[in-house]
Amino acid sequence: MDFVLYLGKKFLLTVILLLGIALITFSLTKALPGDPALALVGQRASPATIAAIRKQIGADKPFLVQYVDYVKMISRGELGRSYFTRREVLDELKQKFPNTMRLALLAMALALPAGLALGFWAAMERGRPLGEALNSISIVGISVPVFFSGLLIMLFASLELKLFPPAGTGGAEFLILPAITLSLPSIATLSKVSRTSALEVMGLPFIKTARAKGISEFRVIAVHIFRNAIIPIVTVAGLDFGSYLNGAVLTETIFGWDGIGRYSVEGVMRRDYPVVLGTVLAGTVTFIVINMLVDIAYHVLDPRVRVYGR
Amino acid sequence: MGVKAKAAAAILVFIVAASLLAPLFYRYNPHRIDLDHIKTRPGFSHLFGTDQEGRDVLARVLEGAKISIWVSLLAAVSAMVIGLAVGVISGYAGGKVDTALMAFVDLILAFPSLLLAIGISVVLPPGMFTVMIAIAAVGWASFARLTRGYVLGIRDAQYVEAARAIGCGRSRILFAHILPQCMPLALTMLTLKIGGFIITEASLSFLGLGAQPPVATWGGMISSGRAYLETAPWISVFPGIAIALTTFCFNALGDALAKN
Repeated sequence: MDFVLYLGKKFLLTVILLLGIALITFSLTKALPGDPALALVGQRASPATIAAIRKQIGADKPFLVQYVDYVKMISRGELGRSYFTRREVLDELKQKFPNTMRLALLAMALALPAGLALGFWAAMERGRPLGEALNSISIVGISVPVFFSGLLIMLFASLELKLFPPAGTGGAEFLILPAITLSLPSIATLSKVSRTSALEVMGLPFIKTARAKGISEFRVIAVHIFRNAIIPIVTVAGLDFGSYLNGAVLTETIFGWDGIGRYSVEGVMRRDYPVVLGTVLAGTVTFIVINMLVDIAYHVLDPRVRVYGR
Repeated sequence: MGVKAKAAAAILVFIVAASLLAPLFYRYNPHRIDLDHIKTRPGFSHLFGTDQEGRDVLARVLEGAKISIWVSLLAAVSAMVIGLAVGVISGYAGGKVDTALMAFVDLILAFPSLLLAIGISVVLPPGMFTVMIAIAAVGWASFARLTRGYVLGIRDAQYVEAARAIGCGRSRILFAHILPQCMPLALTMLTLKIGGFIITEASLSFLGLGAQPPVATWGGMISSGRAYLETAPWISVFPGIAIALTTFCFNALGDALAKN
């Protein structure tokens, strides 16, 4: 019952948050210089045509009316049509969202084991030169922008070694390089958190007890330390996964991957308001849903945490 | 301060000094086009090579350093000032003010930050100042969250109570007693954040939304070198290394400060 209440409260907050996000995005798109009507028909169109187009896309109404119209439309489950392709934004999102998801899932599938392994290794080697070096790697990971690491990866794996196609959308061969690029900063943050978390657990008395009982070192690490250190790591992994939309904006642009990151940049650059609004809302919903899943995972992993009790 | 932090600080001082002194001592002008020497390999005459228009890459990397570091630094300081103000007020006032301000902060934090920065950069006329505003407008929220949490912890401390007891006004308590306590935390956060801000600045310039040509930016250089990745990789690679090195030093420094 508590849990249902918790979910209900979260849902309500989500709706309010989305209205707020829609308002900010909406205000921003209205502040954008350049007239979408002009952009649609070109500079040489007659004033009458431009006025007609403006009326058609609703740009002649007052700001608040436009916002209310927009919210009404969203509540009907629509996101409007792109000014340029005239296609439904929702349909485009349905087509592109799975592409971004595939990219994000593969990136996380690479980042989680790599980050955990690096972090735990660094924790075991603490105080020794190797541990320090491993720790520095994690700072390197967050210091290299994805558009640069992406270019380097493209240069070596694709232009030099000709292992994979440099850019495009399609099967697994197109997916590998952008996924590796996207996973790099994530590996860095995950290894940092894993190290801190593992070190914290390693200092607790029950680990000493486990060792004193004569349990093998492997079992101590794999079962006793790992199970207890994993909880904060799950949170960070979830947050990271949510932030992949941010990373995807650049990664997808570089690798020409047909997902919502690239779609949103194109929307902003072409002043295609329905596209901008649609992608931002979709991104925010994804972010919130992932956060909720993390909360639930927390509950499963650690019975002490009763998030919904508070 | 450990050896690593000292080394990081020394490298940063070197980069800043080199970027400021370059126009006086370095023989190449970052804007001088020399079509007889396009895409020259890195060597003795041009240490980092030249780009597709024959401009010296090292001179351009140094100009990019000036822009990147200043924009990020100013953005970080603005974000810190806004975040401190909101955080201190929110934490000290509590109640409805706190709820409302934190709801707004959460709203900003929930937003895909790069998209928001891109959106702002498209709205305002392109240039360094716009990039600064875009980064600060996205970055202040995490400062506010952190400060607010800290203020919640100290607002009932004895010295605050003592200040109240001797009749200090609210603004005196906020600015003379609480704010100075938040500074070490805020400055550590500042150092940790600058690295990320440099990356955001570079990302915006990469997308063509930063300082406009002919001014050299690291992101812009990487972007324009993309077309020559196979024939002249140094056009993109050196500014990329510059971003990574500078960001790494700020992050390492922030890490060391955070541990103290």
